[in-house]
Amino acid sequence: MLQTRIIPVLLMHKNALYKTVKYKNPIYVGDPINAIKIFNEKEVDELIIVDIDASKNNMEPNYKFIEDVASECFMPLCYGGGIKTVDQASKIYSIGVEKIAIENGGLGKTSLITDISNIYGAQSLVGSVSINKNIFGKLKVYDHVQGKNLKIDPIGHVKKLISDGAGEIFVNTVYKDGTMTGYDIEFLKTISESINVPMIACGGAATLEDCQKVIKETEVSALGAGSMFVFHGKHKAVLIKYPNRNQIEKYLGSLNE
Amino acid sequence: MIVVVDYGMGNLGSIQKMLKKCGANFVVSNLSKDIESAEKIILPGVGSFDKGMINLRSLQLVDVIKKVVLQNKTPILGICLGMQLLTKSSEEGVEFGLGLVDANTKRFRFDPSSKLKVPHMGWNITHPLKKSTLYENMEDEKRFYFVHSYAVSCNKVEDILTTTNYGYEFVSSFQVDNIIGAQFHPEKSHKFGITFFNNFLEL
Repeated sequence: MLQTRIIPVLLMHKNALYKTVKYKNPIYVGDPINAIKIFNEKEVDELIIVDIDASKNNMEPNYKFIEDVASECFMPLCYGGGIKTVDQASKIYSIGVEKIAIENGGLGKTSLITDISNIYGAQSLVGSVSINKNIFGKLKVYDHVQGKNLKIDPIGHVKKLISDGAGEIFVNTVYKDGTMTGYDIEFLKTISESINVPMIACGGAATLEDCQKVIKETEVSALGAGSMFVFHGKHKAVLIKYPNRNQIEKYLGSLNE
Repeated sequence: MIVVVDYGMGNLGSIQKMLKKCGANFVVSNLSKDIESAEKIILPGVGSFDKGMINLRSLQLVDVIKKVVLQNKTPILGICLGMQLLTKSSEEGVEFGLGLVDANTKRFRFDPSSKLKVPHMGWNITHPLKKSTLYENMEDEKRFYFVHSYAVSCNKVEDILTTTNYGYEFVSSFQVDNIIGAQFHPEKSHKFGITFFNNFLEL
């Protein structure tokens, strides 16, 4: 039976690997290529690499870096950050990256997702969205470039990404990011039940128990996590790790049967 | 020389990466003369069935592929869409496939109550139905990475190499003499994929 994907989500900042808390205060984790080599050796299900500076600083994706990463990966790799044109996407695909994530480029009036999806297929295009709580506790789409909540309903936005041509959805909950307090089960349940394409949930994971809870209680297909794979212990010492097959099976094995 | 057929369907970056890793002598080409003299052929592909067939036809590769595979018995490995193109037809489109295998490609169909999503995306296990050197030197649990919305259905059970379960058992790989199809992506499947490619290169 299909195994639940557990996906390290690695953030690139100032050409190194960092981890944020609620999208702020990036903590230095280490050299990205070294980390990716370790994840490859540990046979991770998939990797997501996000350049958190690119869109913010209006920069092109760093193709040399992406190529260095791709040459170490013999598993599916998704890259996100700074993609604004079909040409940029084509360049990244031709390096050997199979999926690209579009978040900022998918906000507002744009045909970017449709244009890329029409050429490379929906399975190669991940619609990414950040969700945050507004001051009334309502969930809204968050624009990380402007650093503010938009007046956009998360579910409506995700449905739009899918109808535009995204074959998979990557949902990040900003208010859970880096907190290691578990996923927002209630929200993930609502959003995953309202879509019919695979969804990767991210934000809050600390343990495989947290992952298990999502798979038991929601229709989320895959679990993304950052801190869980790069920090160890309560003092958050940097340690690149990934559970082995037996551990993953123990927590998530029979849930899909 | 291994020829990776470049017919404009999806990116070939990861296949090239994998072949380099395996130390294979290969060329990426859309020329008949290369296919004619190929030691082995890899037909990769991501995208729609009709577009795949139309592209192969407009590059005038259909007849040469059929010829070398059927007459010269050149081994061919179809991956994902490439596997589906080896079949006779697909519910995804109206074009005829290469028809090198007595099989058809069908859409995943589940109960309305099913929570299974399409595409079938992620790691899944292949169950062998017959022995093949392609799956030698692997651990018991043979895991591969899949991304697809359509799956092959073989008309002859003896053609099936492995099945995989997603709602029901579908054909995850077939082998009819020198004609091999894999629905999964061995180029993205860690050590399982590396071993699979090495075994193919050894054929």
